[in-house]
Amino acid sequence: MINEGLKQLSAALAARRISSEELAREYLARIDQLNPQINAFITVNPDATMQEAKTADAMLAAGTAGPLTGIPLAHKDIFCMDGWRTTCASRMLENFVAPYDAHVVGLCRQAGMVCLGKTNMDEFAMGSSNETSWFGPVRNPWDMQAVPGGSSGGSAAAVAARLAPVATGTDTGGSIRQPAAMTGITGLKPTYGVVSRYGMIAFASSLDQAGPMARSAEDCAMLMNAMAGFDARDSTSLEREREDYTRDLGQPLAGLRIGLPKEFFAAGLSGDVARAVDEALAEYRRLGAVTVEVSLPSSALSIPVYYVLAPAEASANLSRFDGVRYGHRAAEYGDLTDMYQKTRAEGFGAEVKRRIMIGTYVLSHGYYDAYYIKAQKIRRLIAEDFAKAFAECDVIMGPTAPETAFDLGAKNSDPVAMYLSDIYTIAVNLAGLPGMSIPCGFDSRQRPVGLQLIGNYFGEARLLGIAHQYQLATDWHQRVPAAVA
Amino acid sequence: MSLSLQDVERVASLARIAIAPGEAETWQSQINGIFELIAGMQAVDTNGIEPMAHARDPVQRLRTDEVTEPDLREKFQAIAPQVEAGLYLVPQVIE
Repeated sequence: MINEGLKQLSAALAARRISSEELAREYLARIDQLNPQINAFITVNPDATMQEAKTADAMLAAGTAGPLTGIPLAHKDIFCMDGWRTTCASRMLENFVAPYDAHVVGLCRQAGMVCLGKTNMDEFAMGSSNETSWFGPVRNPWDMQAVPGGSSGGSAAAVAARLAPVATGTDTGGSIRQPAAMTGITGLKPTYGVVSRYGMIAFASSLDQAGPMARSAEDCAMLMNAMAGFDARDSTSLEREREDYTRDLGQPLAGLRIGLPKEFFAAGLSGDVARAVDEALAEYRRLGAVTVEVSLPSSALSIPVYYVLAPAEASANLSRFDGVRYGHRAAEYGDLTDMYQKTRAEGFGAEVKRRIMIGTYVLSHGYYDAYYIKAQKIRRLIAEDFAKAFAECDVIMGPTAPETAFDLGAKNSDPVAMYLSDIYTIAVNLAGLPGMSIPCGFDSRQRPVGLQLIGNYFGEARLLGIAHQYQLATDWHQRVPAAVA
Repeated sequence: MSLSLQDVERVASLARIAIAPGEAETWQSQINGIFELIAGMQAVDTNGIEPMAHARDPVQRLRTDEVTEPDLREKFQAIAPQVEAGLYLVPQVIE
C-alpha cells in the first residue's frame, strides 16, 4: 500500500480491505528498516502508534470515521504532542515530554489519523539542510550523500522514502517548500494565519506557518482539510469559514495567467533547475495556461530583511529557554545569571546562538531603527510587489530553490551560502502569501527539482488545483527513490 | 558596519549565552559576514514607508475575562529541572 495516495488508502480502509493497524504496522516496519540510514525520525513510539490505530479501527467499525481516519502520518518534531517527547531537534529539549497537544496535532487526532513518529529537522527550524539537528543530519532518499533540505528535512525525507504517506511541516522562510523540492515531494505553506500556531514551538512568530507535506497536491489538500481552521488560542489565527481544499482540484487550467518574476530567472539559478522549470512551464502552456512576465523588484532584499526580522523574533521567542521551567539545565553553575548563561550555551547549537545574537543586536539600543524598523519598511515594499504582480496574473511560478540538493557538509562552514538556498521562498513568508513546491524533474545527478507556485492570499484551494492538474499530466510525483523502492 | 569583539561579548551577555575564551573571535567573523549581507538594505530609500510588523496586520482579539484553563501545575512541574513544594527552584537571588 506504500505507493497509494490518501484517497486510495481512505477507500481501502472504508471498505475494510486493510485495517489501520495493518497499515501502521507496515509503515513502522519500513521505519525500522530504513530510518537507521535516513534518520528522518527523532522519536518513534510503536505502542502509542498501535493504540491510535486500534482507536481508528474502532471508529471505522462504528461508522464514525472521516476521510482521514486510520491514515498514518508523521509530525515534525516542532509540534507538541501530549505524552510524546518533543525536542525541536535541540539538546535544550532532548528530554522534553510535551504536556499538551499542539492545535494541529489535536485536529489530526480528532480526524482519527495515526501518528507514526516525530520527524527530524534543523534545530528550532533554523537551517536549510537539516544539518543543525542535535540528532544528526537527515539523508536524502534520492542520494544518501545529499541533504534533504530544511528545516522540515525529516518530514520531507520520510514522505519521499515512503516511511509515511503524509507529514506535517512548518515554513518560516521556505522550510516546507525547499525540502519538498529537494526530495521530490509536494508541500504547501498556507496563507499566514490559516493554520494555528498553538503548540508549535515558536521561531519567528510573524512568519511561522504550518502546512502539509505529501507526495501529491491531492494528498496535501486532504491533509489541509484537517489542519486548517480558526483557533482562539493563537492570537493571529484568522476567523474564516471552513473551506474544502479539494474543491478546485478538478478545475481546468484554460486561460490561467501564470506570472513569471524575471528576478527568479536571473543569475544564481542553476542550469539544470532552469531547464526543468522551463519544461514545466511549457507543460502548463500545453494545458491551456498563458505566461506573462512580472517583476518583484524588492525581492532581492528578502534575504537581508529576513535575517534581521527572523533573528529578532527568535531572540525574543527563545528567551523562554532558561533552564527553569522545562528543558535542559546546566549541571554546574554559580548564581542565577551563570545558570542561564551556561544552560543556554550548552543547550543551543551554533546556528541558533548565531541567530539569537544577531537578533539581540538588531533589537538593542541604537540599532533598532537602523535594522529592525528599516527591515520592516522593506518588508512592506516586498508585499506591495506581490500585490502589483497579482494584478496581472492568477499565480506566480518559478524555481523553489536555486539549485538541487547539495552534498552533506558542502555549506556547513558558510552560513551566508546556506542562507541563499531560500532566496526564492523567503519573500512569500514576508508577504504572508500561500506557496507550494511540486516536483518537476531531475538534475543530471538524478536529484529532484521543485517548481514553486505562489498564490494570492487565501488562494490555497486554487493553488492545489493548479498543482493537481499538472500532476494529472506528469508523473514526477510518482517516482520512487531507488534506494527505498 | 562591523561588530567589535566587545560588541560580540556584550550581545552574548545580553542574550545570556556564555562564551568560552577565544570563542568570541569565531562569532565575530561569522556575524560580521551576515551583517555584510544585511547591509544591502541600507541602499533602499524607505522614507514615508510604514513599517510592516505582520503579514496580515491583524487586530488583537478580545475575549471575556473568565478562567478557561484548568490547574495543570503538577503536570507542568513534572518536567521542570528542579521543583519543591510546588515552586520552581533557582539559585538564591536575594540575600
